[in-house]
Amino acid sequence: MLGLQIIVDGFAISALYALGATGFTLIFGVSGVLNLSHGAIMVSAAVGAWALHDLLAQNAYIGATFGVVLAMIVSLVTYGVIVRPIQVSRSIREEEKEIFILTATLLWGIILQEVIAYLFTNNAKSVVPIVDGVVSVLGVRIPANEIFTAIICWLVIGLLWLLVNRTPAGKAVLAASMNPKGVTLLGIELNWIYIAVWAIYGALAGIAGVLLGMFLGVSSYSVGPLTASAFSIVVLGGLGSVTGSLIAAYVVGYIETITAYLISPAYRFIPSLLLLVVVMYVRPYGLLGRR
Amino acid sequence: MRDITKTPLFWFCILCIVVASVLPVWVSGYVLGLLTVAYYYGVFAMAWDLLFGFANEVNFGPTFLIGLGAYTAGIVNGRYGLPITVCVLLGTLAAIVGGLLLALPALRVSGPYFGLTTLVAVLILQNLIVVFADLTGGEIGLTVPDVISIDARANYWIALAFMVVCGAILWGLSRSSVGLILQASGQDKVQAGALGFNVTKHKLAAFVISAFFSGLAGAMLVFYMGTASVGTFIDLTVAVQIIIAAVMGGRRTIVGAALGSIFLVGMTEVLRPMGELATLIVSVIALLVVLFFPNGFIGMLTRKEPA
Repeated sequence: MLGLQIIVDGFAISALYALGATGFTLIFGVSGVLNLSHGAIMVSAAVGAWALHDLLAQNAYIGATFGVVLAMIVSLVTYGVIVRPIQVSRSIREEEKEIFILTATLLWGIILQEVIAYLFTNNAKSVVPIVDGVVSVLGVRIPANEIFTAIICWLVIGLLWLLVNRTPAGKAVLAASMNPKGVTLLGIELNWIYIAVWAIYGALAGIAGVLLGMFLGVSSYSVGPLTASAFSIVVLGGLGSVTGSLIAAYVVGYIETITAYLISPAYRFIPSLLLLVVVMYVRPYGLLGRR
Repeated sequence: MRDITKTPLFWFCILCIVVASVLPVWVSGYVLGLLTVAYYYGVFAMAWDLLFGFANEVNFGPTFLIGLGAYTAGIVNGRYGLPITVCVLLGTLAAIVGGLLLALPALRVSGPYFGLTTLVAVLILQNLIVVFADLTGGEIGLTVPDVISIDARANYWIALAFMVVCGAILWGLSRSSVGLILQASGQDKVQAGALGFNVTKHKLAAFVISAFFSGLAGAMLVFYMGTASVGTFIDLTVAVQIIIAAVMGGRRTIVGAALGSIFLVGMTEVLRPMGELATLIVSVIALLVVLFFPNGFIGMLTRKEPA
């Protein structure tokens, strides 16, 4: 039964990792930005959902929706106020922009974290789950919320795939990630593509954040670890490769779950970190990376 | 190479050092204690600047090297009672070995991949320290029996002298041909290689030098504080502080990194009455500097166009 427990638990946590990392890799693939305020955006969404339910006594659906919308707003602000000004700045040299964006988004993440801590304290907050109760499958008791999380994650990832591969707007985004100049030559405003992508990214991070809040709970301390885990999953899978990120999310999620169940929760993060180092030595561009 | 005694920045630094060295006459022991820590942080930030500013490698893990130095020194002192100098040397050695290990993937990967490798190094070290708690003191921290001195002024002067010497060496290095080649290979690896410079060798050297100073300063800071804990030496927040200090001061200046650290420690202290808002305000200021004065304090002082 332990085996089944691991499979089920690992699946849910991996789905959550996958969703969080998908947004991160999308932004990198399209605009070449590594957004180190990723964790802060996820936590903002969860705290937004929590605040609406616990402080303003709204129902779980309104809370969750608000959390996602909040994440989209924060994401657009990140792009408009932090990333865009650096990208167009003339006093920063081209080859240093990447480093400036890393530093600035890192600082922005800390600012968001501190604002959350100041307004709502550092205490852990758990978002009220939309689905309650426990389901028993083959003698394993699974919280219904865990199943709900996995379903929503895969649904959203599926929708994203459809959006990118099957709609004209998505194809424009795909084209922009391959050749931004070519897209502008076709008369498509690149700026709007970027704004749309950041909004989509905000929604993905927001959904992941709210689900995480329902599943494990969040606090302002989660900001750093969340960014680090998304970053490592994305690099492990190969930057810009969504499929790679999905595989990496499952590899990391399962390794962590197995370690936590079979060895000790204290060692939870060590094997996946070591794996990451090994991959960096053996395959510097990740599992499915291209360069 | 220009005559450095003619630049205003040089005289500004001399002035700062003179003011700093007579400071203990006026200010209280508390302020001296703060500045002592700020000076060690200054060395951390300068060592980071060498790697980041010149070699253009984003190192998210300066605390990996610092922590190795600090914990090695602290553990050999606590376990075997070796004298402080030996402990500091061993700590520095450990940091250099760690730096070489970290440099191995660094020579293969670059950009974000390298950044992640350094980040992971910190996380692994942090986890290992918690796991091997009976050796390292785990989350509670490590207590070191020996201290450099119990006199606040002596500690202050040692830290100041240490920072000035390290700063001078690093600054000299950055202006030497080694620094120029590093800068060239940071900007265009292929072209620097085509000009006949051994990029790999120089990057490796930058790593070892950075590791040497980080480890040395880390080991010394342990013997000033008398304790070592994950929160003060290794945690990512410490790394972020160092990065902010170096970027705020001005990259590729070495001196700026030291100024940035002192400013950061000072700001945090001035804002302490604001409670939780202190970190928020410091981060906002740092972000504004990054967005509007990308060349940092030194850039504002010298008003030089980005070279």
